[in-house]
Amino acid sequence: MNLLLLIGAPLLTAVAVLLSRNQQQVRWISLAGSVVQLGLAVALLLAFRQETAAGNTEQVFFEMNYPLFSSLGINFHFGVDGISVAMILLTSFVVIAGVLVSWNIENLPAGKAGMTKEFYFLLLLLALGAYGFFISLDLFILFFFLEISVIPKYLLIGIWGSGKKEYSANKLALMLMGGSALILVGMLGLYFTAGHSFDILTLSQTAIPAETQHLLFPFLFLGFGVFTALFPLHTWVPDGHSSAPTAGSMFLAGISMKLGGYGCLRVATYLLPEGAKQYADIIIILSAIAILYGAFATMMQKDLKYINAYSSVSHVGFSLLGIGMLTQTAITGALMQMVSHGLMTALFFAVIGMIYDRTHTRMVNEMGGLMKPLPFISTIFFIVGLCSLGLPGLSGFVAEMTVFMGSWQNDDAFHRIATIAAAMSIVVTAVYILRAIGQTAMGPVKNESFLQLKDAGWNEKLAAIILVAGILAIGIAPGWLNDLLRPAAEEIMNRIAGK
Amino acid sequence: MPNATTIALIPLLPLAGFILLGLFGRKYFKASSGIIGTALLLISTILALYTAYDYFFVYGNVNGVYQKFVPLQLTWLEFSEGVSIDMGLLIDPISVMMLVVVTFVSLMVHIYSLGYLKGEERFPTYYAFLGLFTFSMLGLVVASNIFQIYIFWELVGVSSFLLIGYYYDRPSAVAACKKAFIVTRFADLGFLIGILILAFCSGTLDFATLIERLTSPESNEVKTSVTYSFLGVSALSWGAMLVFIGGAGKSAMFPLHIWLPDAMEGPTPVSALIHAATMVVAGVYLVARLFPIFSITTPAVLELVGWVGAVSAIIAAIIACTQTDIKRVLAYSTMSQIGYMMFSLGVSGYGGEAALGYTASMFHLFTHAMFKALLFLGAGAVIHYVHSNDMKDMGGLRKYLPITHITFLIACLAIAGVPPFAGFFSKEEILLAAYQNNRTIYWIALITSGLTAFYMFRLYFNIFWNKPHHAHGENPATAGRHGEGGFVMMMPLVLLAVGAAAAGFIPFGEFVSADGKPLVSHFHLNFSIAPVAIGLAGILIALWFYKKQNDRPAKLAASLGGLYKAAYHKFYIDEVYLFITKKILFNLVGRPAAWFDRNVVDGMVNLTGKATQEVSEGIKKMQSGKVQQYAIYFLAGVIVLAALFIYVWR
Repeated sequence: MNLLLLIGAPLLTAVAVLLSRNQQQVRWISLAGSVVQLGLAVALLLAFRQETAAGNTEQVFFEMNYPLFSSLGINFHFGVDGISVAMILLTSFVVIAGVLVSWNIENLPAGKAGMTKEFYFLLLLLALGAYGFFISLDLFILFFFLEISVIPKYLLIGIWGSGKKEYSANKLALMLMGGSALILVGMLGLYFTAGHSFDILTLSQTAIPAETQHLLFPFLFLGFGVFTALFPLHTWVPDGHSSAPTAGSMFLAGISMKLGGYGCLRVATYLLPEGAKQYADIIIILSAIAILYGAFATMMQKDLKYINAYSSVSHVGFSLLGIGMLTQTAITGALMQMVSHGLMTALFFAVIGMIYDRTHTRMVNEMGGLMKPLPFISTIFFIVGLCSLGLPGLSGFVAEMTVFMGSWQNDDAFHRIATIAAAMSIVVTAVYILRAIGQTAMGPVKNESFLQLKDAGWNEKLAAIILVAGILAIGIAPGWLNDLLRPAAEEIMNRIAGK
Repeated sequence: MPNATTIALIPLLPLAGFILLGLFGRKYFKASSGIIGTALLLISTILALYTAYDYFFVYGNVNGVYQKFVPLQLTWLEFSEGVSIDMGLLIDPISVMMLVVVTFVSLMVHIYSLGYLKGEERFPTYYAFLGLFTFSMLGLVVASNIFQIYIFWELVGVSSFLLIGYYYDRPSAVAACKKAFIVTRFADLGFLIGILILAFCSGTLDFATLIERLTSPESNEVKTSVTYSFLGVSALSWGAMLVFIGGAGKSAMFPLHIWLPDAMEGPTPVSALIHAATMVVAGVYLVARLFPIFSITTPAVLELVGWVGAVSAIIAAIIACTQTDIKRVLAYSTMSQIGYMMFSLGVSGYGGEAALGYTASMFHLFTHAMFKALLFLGAGAVIHYVHSNDMKDMGGLRKYLPITHITFLIACLAIAGVPPFAGFFSKEEILLAAYQNNRTIYWIALITSGLTAFYMFRLYFNIFWNKPHHAHGENPATAGRHGEGGFVMMMPLVLLAVGAAAAGFIPFGEFVSADGKPLVSHFHLNFSIAPVAIGLAGILIALWFYKKQNDRPAKLAASLGGLYKAAYHKFYIDEVYLFITKKILFNLVGRPAAWFDRNVVDGMVNLTGKATQEVSEGIKKMQSGKVQQYAIYFLAGVIVLAALFIYVWR
């Protein structure tokens, strides 16, 4: 399968959106484009499985390499392994759902008349950045796509946001840019120590001195860590999400945060295994803190978006914990958590958006009994809440359990205590999720005018169903995702073990 | 050999009902959803009965020992080589017995609900949730993998949550369902960590292999795992103990029982199914499932199981004597009876005569499911009639509810241990097992047995005798004349009453024992004099106090003073929990964490921003555009550099 299709599809859609004449065209073109992307992602999964079944044992599949600046060793080098495939699938699910929930963006409180085109263009640009990022095997190109995905976020929040949106947009963009700066330093360090190459495959074969690794690892890990809300660099998350429009939050949490997690693993940990070993304990401490502290902080929030933002900090902590544990199972779990959290949090934000568009409030204490007027939306809210608290049958459970099982393979007290601390969050998560559901969907109807509200429209239903399907596909039959991720995690572990 | 398809269909049919009614019920099966759910469950029940017959009488017994079969096992999620979550069917005496109990009680509840919840707005949702619960519970009992049991464990938890919160617009129901879920979740945390420990010690998650590896003292797994210890307790003991905490949470054992009385906010048939007969005994089932490990490898933990059971049994019985909400009396009674099952396991040995406790526990689980489901369904009929849960609104109902009255009486006699009703036989075995192994527990159990008879007949006399019934706020002449609820509500009562009366005659030890070999239980006439006498005494005291309206109960309460008050307030355990959660977790952990994040962590970020701004604000004045000023800067720079070159870097 030609990987350029994955960049080509969103690019063409974005151009077509710019050329289209009215809102109607913009929406349908975007939808068509995102359906094509979903189709491509699924085709990629199938092709990948076919290759594996045929006994292809290469490190990356569907490789392509075009020189860009040969003198500097920069190439358009693309290729995918199981991790990339999973992330691309996740992206395509979130994109289509994001396009659907923004269907009536013009009429919403956050909407800007006559700017639908720009809104969709930015969404597609962000998607383009994500697809490009996940297939890049050249650090320079990877960095390029990472930056492509930052700018749209700034505009999406700054223009279509709500609340203190300028502050949030600035904060988000500046913090992410700060992260990028760290990444750039780390990347250049790698480039010059490893003989002028940006190529991930080449770098992975190169012996980099341990001291250099110790020096460079923090730059790369912290840099990508900002993107994935590594404690204590997470504070852009609550503000950014609370100000962002619905689709913006979905993309931010569902896709952007995964760019960071992917980078932490693929670039920092994989290329600098000695560095990873050196700093693993610190990663574990930070992520265990994030998991528990995020959960406790969530418990006190009253704004639905803040609830999900803080809960994201807690959930993403599992990904970083899995990476820090440095076992194959834990890393597989970390990756599963990325996919699971991406789907789940996108759905969560979609539901919050649907509720907000109707009730014009996000404060849980102003709602109550929404189950009565909004049965569909409330049911989805239940499902996503249960996924978040790790109910078996939904994706969160599979990911968390894999992380726990993997973590427990380290048989010393430090790792055990960190695992138990992280596991304690399953109780706290249950507390805040049930509080949120109990106060919004259940209980007596607080505001009589809520009884007049209309339940989800077709576009919202479709968006929710697509994401729920993803969550169920992982939750009920996790085998396929495990098969996809485990060999890739093994490859990373081999490098760490020095094989 | 067991037929995998037949057995797999038993849980899958209710699941099909859940999916069908959950997705399309509101639209297409508004009226027929009850019938659909019931029909599917009827098939499940028939298949379960067939499986039980097939297992116990046809293929199960090989050379005098009941074997374990795993007719189906699919890998669901592989963690690493040899460690995977499998979805399987484990067929052995206790799982087959549970299949029958769960499907039968669930079927009774399905039928009963046709009448009890008729005309409810969310009728299809109710039946969908019942289907989900039944599926999960059946999946739990046939689990062949410890993680499989955990998965279904969580699923029954969530079905219980959904059904307790069925009347979602009542704040009390919302609070109750949250409480139930969170308390059991807390216990499940222990279960999860216990699984991690056991899996690490044994290198497998499969029940059969796990038990095999952890029960032979010569195996490498046991040898290596005894070397790990924490606070002087070996890793394996920790594992077993944590798993038991999970079981104790689900089975409402002291001090994790606080959710069960509140769970009575759910519809009454749900209480009968989930919070009396099936889900709450999951903890007992879990201990029974891992019994070889508890018994052979970690006997100290098994002793703990015994004590927790005994303490729960007596505390719950004392509280039950003071409550006036009839469902809460039954809830505490459930907790007390599960305490019986728990300590019965706790005093049991692994093989032969010594393993009487195990058989007795399973026997009591079986008979208890019959009479307790009956009690709840009977209570449901009463509540349906008087529209109140409180004893004060009841009385003299025997004339209006004749069938309910008789069946309720049978259940009360059964639970009080009056021969020849079912409870007599199972309780007798439990007491005997306790007598042979732990005298202190035996005495606790004996006192509890008297209390049980007393509070059950207090309940019975208050509902059906005592003062005449007054429906509150209505004219007694015209109120509540809608009878007992018709055939669909009475038939389950009668069927369960037959079970409660006759189930004791099943030679249970023949079929269910710890090691699969038939256990011949000897009936000791002399031994049963004490328990029966104490039970009858309890009944007579209740008769004296409550048959007619009088002031004796009030006097008794006054004379007991503090003890009565403490028991009435459930020994203030709820208040302790509230203090810990509200005051400590919310105010001392949650609030500071949220504050810290907004003000310290985020403050640093804002400070960085502000500092950058201030600095640039300060230095931007240098960029004034005046050439003379630049010349001065230039001159100053040259002088400073020159000075540095001359004096410092020379």
